[in-house]
Amino acid sequence: MKYYDKLVFELSKEGRVGYSLPVNRFPAAPEIPAALRREASLDLPEVSEPDVVRHYTNLSQMNFGVDTGFYPLGSCTMKYNPKINEEVAALPGFAGLHPLEHAGLTKGALKVYQEMEKALAAITGMYAFTFDPCAGAHGELTGLMIMRQYHMMRGDLARTKVIVPDSAHGTNPASAAVCGLEVVEVKSLENGRVDVEALKPLLDGTVAGMMMTNPNTLGLFETQIKEIAELVHGVGGLMYYDGANMNPLMGVVRPGDMGFDIMHLNLHKTFSTPHGGGGPGSGPVGVAEHLVDCLPDIRVSGFHGNFGVILRAYAYILMLGKQNLKKVGQYSVLSANYIKECLKDAYKLPIEGVCKHEFVFDGLVNDGAHDDVHGATTLDVAKRLLDFGFHAPTIYFPLLFHQALMIEPTETESKETIDAFIDVMHKIAAEAAEDPRILQEAPHNAPIKRPDETTAARNPILKFKDTL
Amino acid sequence: MSKIIEGLKYSESHEWVKVEDGLAVIGVTDFAQAEMGDITYVDMPDVDDEVTAGEEFGALESVKAASDLFAPVSGKVVAVNEALDDTPELVNEDAFENWIIKVEMSDPSELDALMDAAAYKASIGE
Amino acid sequence: MAGFPYFPHTEADVRSMLERIGVGKIEDLYADVPKEFVKKGAYALPDAMSEPEVRAWLNALAGMNAKMKVFVGAGAYDHYTPSVIPYITSRSEFLTAYTPYQCEISQGTLRYIFEFQSMVCELTGMDISNASLYDGPTAAAEAMKMAIACTKKKTRVLLSKTLLPHVVKVVETYAKFHGVEIGYVPATDGQTSLEALKAELAKDDVAGVIVPETNRYGIIEDHTGFADAIHAVKALLIEYCDPSTLAVIKTPAEWGADIAVGDGQSLGIPLCFGGPYVGFMGVKKEHMRKMPGRIVGQTTDKDGKRAYVLTLQAREQHIKREKATSNICSNESLMALWVTVYLSLMGPNGLREVNKLSSDGAHYLYDELVKTGKFEEVFPGKPFLKEFVLKPKKFPGLLQRDLEQAGFFAALDTEEGYVSFCVTEQRTKEEIDELVKIVKEG
Repeated sequence: MKYYDKLVFELSKEGRVGYSLPVNRFPAAPEIPAALRREASLDLPEVSEPDVVRHYTNLSQMNFGVDTGFYPLGSCTMKYNPKINEEVAALPGFAGLHPLEHAGLTKGALKVYQEMEKALAAITGMYAFTFDPCAGAHGELTGLMIMRQYHMMRGDLARTKVIVPDSAHGTNPASAAVCGLEVVEVKSLENGRVDVEALKPLLDGTVAGMMMTNPNTLGLFETQIKEIAELVHGVGGLMYYDGANMNPLMGVVRPGDMGFDIMHLNLHKTFSTPHGGGGPGSGPVGVAEHLVDCLPDIRVSGFHGNFGVILRAYAYILMLGKQNLKKVGQYSVLSANYIKECLKDAYKLPIEGVCKHEFVFDGLVNDGAHDDVHGATTLDVAKRLLDFGFHAPTIYFPLLFHQALMIEPTETESKETIDAFIDVMHKIAAEAAEDPRILQEAPHNAPIKRPDETTAARNPILKFKDTL
Repeated sequence: MSKIIEGLKYSESHEWVKVEDGLAVIGVTDFAQAEMGDITYVDMPDVDDEVTAGEEFGALESVKAASDLFAPVSGKVVAVNEALDDTPELVNEDAFENWIIKVEMSDPSELDALMDAAAYKASIGE
Repeated sequence: MAGFPYFPHTEADVRSMLERIGVGKIEDLYADVPKEFVKKGAYALPDAMSEPEVRAWLNALAGMNAKMKVFVGAGAYDHYTPSVIPYITSRSEFLTAYTPYQCEISQGTLRYIFEFQSMVCELTGMDISNASLYDGPTAAAEAMKMAIACTKKKTRVLLSKTLLPHVVKVVETYAKFHGVEIGYVPATDGQTSLEALKAELAKDDVAGVIVPETNRYGIIEDHTGFADAIHAVKALLIEYCDPSTLAVIKTPAEWGADIAVGDGQSLGIPLCFGGPYVGFMGVKKEHMRKMPGRIVGQTTDKDGKRAYVLTLQAREQHIKREKATSNICSNESLMALWVTVYLSLMGPNGLREVNKLSSDGAHYLYDELVKTGKFEEVFPGKPFLKEFVLKPKKFPGLLQRDLEQAGFFAALDTEEGYVSFCVTEQRTKEEIDELVKIVKEG
């Protein structure tokens, strides 16, 4: 990766054009009335087509992607994005379709939705899906709306609380708040699972439901899930499944069978669609049969959700078929356990035992702290990994551990890649023990060194004109 | 070891109160600013807002964290330290010199429930 | 069984990894899962397809969709996508990248988002933009929540009756669950009524008002006096806009808006049956900290090099959890790149030309349709750009059927019994003449 220091605005020269449009063969329309006309200047760049292509190609070369290398990124499931998915999503028969065209004109697109609903229902044990949500957090919000809608439709208006484990993804409480629900946190046990005894006193007629990730954010299967679901259902609440961690259960366990009533999936994680540097995603929400009537009134995006993303996921599911589904779960779990066992000599493993698709270390065994030299932190390990051509793991999450370093390989990484990662992690641990400053100054080879984030937040420069 | 000033009142959530001309001058302790690290923004209420003892009235933000501020006493906000809008780092420089809000107390007896310097010192384990 | 192209594991790999872990078989890694939850029997999925079969099947499905000449807008516009855009956005360094948390190896993403923010500010005239939102309607819903958060204690948000229906539906859904009361401002002569607005504002519980710049009838609204009336009661003016048109009509900032939102689809993003698109939001500086979504800022690295980072993160869900300004985390980053490349190519002159071509074509169609005598004018003399409505003398369904048979998707009916048309620079004079001929003969 090489540093490139331009903004497209800085390439601009008056009179250059990068577009080609048809000749205007129409009579001139009446002028826009003066009171409605734009008065401000419009300082967009004026650049030629080759300028644009070269500029963005240069920008791209400062980026790391799944096609560049391995992302051991916990709870994000950065798997390989198959190329056939891209090809089919760009077919003019799909890309040119207006969202308001009626069913008679859009038979192929509607068939994609029908087939996807059937497939996701089979994979998850849910009954029906809405495809409107555009991301995981959006799916969560939609799922909670469905939860409230269910209680409202039954005239059960006292249910204002949602229970969330303390290890939950930050989006869980945020989505609950946007949905007008009060968040009640339930503690985890020493072994990383939800404390069922702590849950019991929280349960009463004011509970709308409980949100859970299973396996949880520590990569541990919630072994008491059956009892938890029974307790929540016992007081009239619903169980919500956060599908961010669905990958290890693919082809092995179905959330619907574990007692979950509502769930979302992240098609951009579990179903191989590209992350795009932070979207577009797709977060379809599945419900059990008794909740189907809650779906129609809830509209959370303009048209039919991110159809282009749904198409890609559909292509992936067709490739997998029933024969390969199980391998997704199994190989992801295999790789995670393998890395955990290979690295636990150098990194602190707070909870022993078999994990699912991910696990959490709590910092280095030997951080190299001595005399007046500070030890290397999780952040330092993460930054040093960048020098070796790996993305960093998820760090400082979950909040249960001070130096959390959360690693998730996926089923699309080879043993060679994983072994190379393990070697580098050992090398970094050895460097830390010897001289933690090597880590603290990392990255050394990336396009930039560590940036000054404090100044960025204190004196925000958020657009090109702020720099002039 | 963090700075603690004798004669002020302290809350468990690390705010200090100094009574000056009948007003409660409120800030955060040196211990709190050190825990936060580089403060990038101080979220403050508006003048004339009501604050309630034990309830949040604002927040400190750093790059990677946000920490709520809790009112040690109840009353009406009569002044906010506008200098912190542009230079939140003043709280890092001197947390006692750079107050955050001034409150016209509705119940000065609430001060009695707060800690003195010695008790606060003990509560932070110093 | 034959191998599978996305799984690199050989049998020998699996064996040696299991050995290192210390278990006998892969199923042992699920030993902690209660037996009753391990799925027995096959999943009800189709058999795996080969890649050639997948390609053939999806081509067949694509072929089942009708190929129409699109004369409808209503929130999704058939503007031209220059070939550079898909070329750039399909570069794997952009396409397969994660959210740019590790800024040192994400400068490409961070830089184009900074450019995107700059362009949103330029088009809307607003001070601050975020890194994008899901789509236009959800951006409007986020603006509604923001108005509530900015004004304290006020619980009502007003929507103009001239907003597009898909925007209203989403805002209403969010409002219902967020505990926001929605009021409506009726239209007079095809545009949001200032008198009616003032009457609603007099109730003194209004946090914000959402009005469209170009509305569901295609009319360019005149918002003179709106900002003054709204600010007088300390509420926020939220302008919903089609960003393409902002090259030529008054900007949200020029109307005195506090928040500008809309959908970036009209800036080079294909129709794609409704998504992925990209929502945008621009705000006045004083509302910066209440803004939802990611924001990229410029700073320097340790060597003093210009660098870009995600900033003002203390607003966000991963730090503030239930107190965050929004639950949003992913935005529509790659779609923001589509828009950024589009605007780089078009520049100010290209964008003006797109508006001119579309507007000239739309006015030509309007005049020709009126000449057929088959329509009544609904809002004669009202200014419009690329979209307009007419009242057909015959049943809209019959009109649509005639057009559809000739390959036109046009004359979308509205709830008032009007039909709407839209013309972009992609529509040729020949197509328009053909459409008019069908109407004339129908």
